[in-house]
Amino acid sequence: MASFGNAFSSSIGKKLIMGITGLFLISFLVVHCFINSLIIVNDGGLTFNMGAHFMGTNWIIRAMEVVLFAGLLAHIIQGFRLVFQNRAARPERYAVNNGAANSKWYSRSMGLLGTLLLIFLIVHISKFWVMSRFTGIPTVDANGNHDLFAVMVETFKNPWLVLLYVVAMVSLAYHLLHGFSSAFQTLGWNHKKYTPLIKGFGFWFSIIIPLLFALMPIVMYLGYIN
Amino acid sequence: MSTGNMNLTLKIWRQKNNKAKGSLVDYKISEVSPDMSFLEMFDVLNEDLVAKGEEPVVFDHDCREGICGACSMFINGRPHGPKEGITTCQLHMRSFKDGDTIVVEPWRAKAFPVIKDLMVDRAAFDRIIASGGFISVNTGNAQDANSLPIPKVQADSAFEAAACIGCGACVATCKNASAMLFVSAKISQLAQLPQGQPERYRRVQSMVAQMDAEGFGNCTNTGACEAECPKGISLENIARMNRDFYSAKFVSEESI
Repeated sequence: MASFGNAFSSSIGKKLIMGITGLFLISFLVVHCFINSLIIVNDGGLTFNMGAHFMGTNWIIRAMEVVLFAGLLAHIIQGFRLVFQNRAARPERYAVNNGAANSKWYSRSMGLLGTLLLIFLIVHISKFWVMSRFTGIPTVDANGNHDLFAVMVETFKNPWLVLLYVVAMVSLAYHLLHGFSSAFQTLGWNHKKYTPLIKGFGFWFSIIIPLLFALMPIVMYLGYIN
Repeated sequence: MSTGNMNLTLKIWRQKNNKAKGSLVDYKISEVSPDMSFLEMFDVLNEDLVAKGEEPVVFDHDCREGICGACSMFINGRPHGPKEGITTCQLHMRSFKDGDTIVVEPWRAKAFPVIKDLMVDRAAFDRIIASGGFISVNTGNAQDANSLPIPKVQADSAFEAAACIGCGACVATCKNASAMLFVSAKISQLAQLPQGQPERYRRVQSMVAQMDAEGFGNCTNTGACEAECPKGISLENIARMNRDFYSAKFVSEESI
């Protein structure tokens, strides 16, 4: 076990933790995005509330929720540790550094983008998750499910929150644009045959998922779905 | 590109020694031929400084033909200057324009302390090599051709990794001052050849441990190292090092 311990404390091990937790969080995004997309049925939230009810009551999902929070915390804590360690590796900064000549700005700004996402997550979790798990959702819909949809409609009447969600999803898009393919590189999956596939898929994933998420508060604010 | 002689302003990092605080100092230099190399331009500047009784600028250089890896200047925010695939000694003044201001700084990393002015101590790289970047078998006399069968793609890939001259541009340009491109090249040049196999998994563990001990940062896959490397060392080497490291730590019984 000692050998495993020093594997994860090494520079490559720390990357591995970021990569694995990152990919796990990406898999969560897919599920979350699918469930939320049920609002598109536009039936006053009946289908969406059914999905939310399933997510809230299915024991496998509930167990995975614990793993999800653990993964999220590991990603955040390790991410911040890496930011500080990497900064310490260059105590004296360059007077002139032309980073744009050799790398993408978002690949150099993962810490900043991640921090924006953390701020968003705190607001997001306190708005929806805390209510659906602890304080309780005030109303039920026609099927007798908790009316999470009504909470969504109410929340996205506030234009500032809509703006926060859209900005956060732009951050997510850029975070994924680097993070998706970067995770595979960290795992050692770099090969002429499939690296272009990973990069191509990662590019579209990084645009489509955040775009779908960002559209939800927008269409609700504009009243297309209610 | 310029053809006539140029007048330039240089902003050069001057630092008395490792303990002293450094700063950028302005120098005017005139009648610079576009055919001069960047280092020859520094030679001219230093001649002037010596003639005036001032301390010349200290910088590393040796072969001046792009194969030794000694020169190490961070020019206008990029290691080895604005051109791709070359070292500072191969950079010529025709890449600049009359009237340009050129900022020259040393490699900056905790693991590369400044010795004086633009010269940094890259002994950390030597210590990483000494920790495992070699093979311990006695190879004897030169083998007959083809007595050690190695697939062409593998030989090529090992050779490409072996092109690393250890200049440190990867560390200098990396936002995290990470040495992963260098270390992965040194691991890959041996890991793909039969002579490198016996120590393959011990080597990757030792070299990564030494790299971490030297205080280099952690790789975040920005790809800046690959873009700036004068020898075009590929990120595929870092992926290979990662794979070997995981194999060594999670599957192999050999530990260091």
